[in-house]
Amino acid sequence: MDTSPTDLEQIELSLFVQALRERYGYDFAQYAPASLTRRVRQLVRDHHCGTVTSLTGRLLHEPAFLPLVLQGLSVPVSEMFRDPPVFRALRDRVLPLLASYPRINIWQAGCAYGQEVYSLAILLEEAGLYDRCQIYATDFNEQALEQAREGIYPATEAQQWSRNYQAAGGAHSLSDYSSARYQFLKLDARLRRNISFANHNLVADEVFCEAHLVLCRNVLIYFTNALQNRTLALFRDSLVRGGFLCLGMRENLDFAPVASDFTALDPALRLYRRNRDGAARDA
Amino acid sequence: MKPQVIVIGCSMGGFNALRTVLGGLDRSLPAAVIVCCHAGPGSDVEVLCELLGTTCALPVVEAREREPVRPATVQVAPGGYHLLVELARRFSLSVDAPVSYARPSIDVLFASIADSYGKDAVGVVLTGANADGAEGLQRMRGRGALAVIQDPATAEAARMPQAALDRAGADHCLALHAIPGLLNRLCLA
Repeated sequence: MDTSPTDLEQIELSLFVQALRERYGYDFAQYAPASLTRRVRQLVRDHHCGTVTSLTGRLLHEPAFLPLVLQGLSVPVSEMFRDPPVFRALRDRVLPLLASYPRINIWQAGCAYGQEVYSLAILLEEAGLYDRCQIYATDFNEQALEQAREGIYPATEAQQWSRNYQAAGGAHSLSDYSSARYQFLKLDARLRRNISFANHNLVADEVFCEAHLVLCRNVLIYFTNALQNRTLALFRDSLVRGGFLCLGMRENLDFAPVASDFTALDPALRLYRRNRDGAARDA
Repeated sequence: MKPQVIVIGCSMGGFNALRTVLGGLDRSLPAAVIVCCHAGPGSDVEVLCELLGTTCALPVVEAREREPVRPATVQVAPGGYHLLVELARRFSLSVDAPVSYARPSIDVLFASIADSYGKDAVGVVLTGANADGAEGLQRMRGRGALAVIQDPATAEAARMPQAALDRAGADHCLALHAIPGLLNRLCLA
C-alpha cells in the first residue's frame, strides 16, 4: 500500500499527540494543527531526531525530555505593551471603571514570559490602583512561569518596549521600573508584589478565580474552535457581571457561542464587557 | 488540474511589484490568492489592502483567522503574525518567533500551503532583501506545486528571488510584467 510522505507524517503527528497525552497528561489534540505541526517539526530539527517517530520514542522513554518538548510546543513571543493602543484603552477606559471595586482581581491566562503582566502592573501602579489589585498570571508551561517570576529580559528589547510604553500613554519612563545590567533588563521586584504566578492549563483546568478583568491575548489563535469556545466560556464564568475581557487584536469573539454574553467596548481593540443580565454564575 | 491557490511572497520593493502582479490578474481568475509581504512595524494591513485593491480586479482583503481561504479573492497576511493555512483550508495565525527576522514569514506560509494544497498550488517569489521564501518554495515544489520566481535581474531587490532560485529552482523565471499573464494562463486555460 502506498502512503505519501504527508500522510505518513500525519500518522506520526497523531501518535506524538497521543503519547504526550497518555504518558504525561498534556493534551494538544485541540490545538490548531498547522502551528502544532510546525512546532513539532522544529523540535525534530532542534533535537536531531530525524523523524517525529523518534521524537515520540525519546519523549516516551525519557521523562527528563518532557520540559524541553513542552517548551518547544509553547514558544509564545510577546513584548511589553504589545499593541500600545490596547494598553492605552485599558488605562483610559477600563481602569477608571475598575476603580469602583474595593478589591480588583485580574486574571491573565497564558502569561508566558510575563511581559504583558508586568505591563499591566505598571498601568495599575500609575493609576494608583495597584495596592487594591491581585493579578493571577497563569500558564501551563512551568519554565515560562519561572522566567516570568524572575522578570529578566534581553536588553535588546528595551528600546522597542520603551516606545510601546510611551505610545500606551506611559506617565514616566520604563527605566523607572527596571534596571539594566550587562545585556539584561531586570524589572523591579516591587512590580511583582501583587502578582501570583500559577500553573493552569486552559485545555483541562476549570475557572481559576473570580475576576474583574481577564486578559488572554494571542492564545486562542492556537486553539481549534471547540477549545476556543470552551476557553471563552471559562472566561465568561470567571468574570463578574460587568467585568472586562481583553483578547488579541486579531482574535475574534463574534462567532463563539458566548458572544451574546458580551458587549464590545472597543471591537477593534478586542475589548469586551460581560453583560449584566443573562443566565450565568452568581457573583 | 488547475491550481486552486496562488501564494505570493515578497519584501523590499514588494508593494510596487504586488501592484503590477495583482493589477494584471484577470477578473475571472478562479483561484484564491494569498499574499505575504514583509512590512515595517506599525504598517496597517487594512491600508495595504485598500491600496492594492485600487489596481486589482479581484477583491483584496485581510486574511482572518478561522476563515476559509476564499477563491477569486486576494487575501493579505496581517503584520506581526505568521499566517498559516490549515489542512481544512482555513487560515490560522501565530505569534511564534519571527523567522528570518520576519513575521509574517513567507517560509511559514508556504510550508503550510505545501501541506494543505500540495500540487494544487502555485508559489510566487518576488523582489525582496532576504532569503525568506526559499525553503518554503522548496517544500512546495517537493509536494508538486509549481514555482514562479521573478527574474532577479528585474527585481528591485534581487536577494529573495535569487535565494529561491538557488534553493528551490523554478518552473518559470520571468520578468515581473510577464508574471500576471502566466498566472492567468495557468488558472484559466
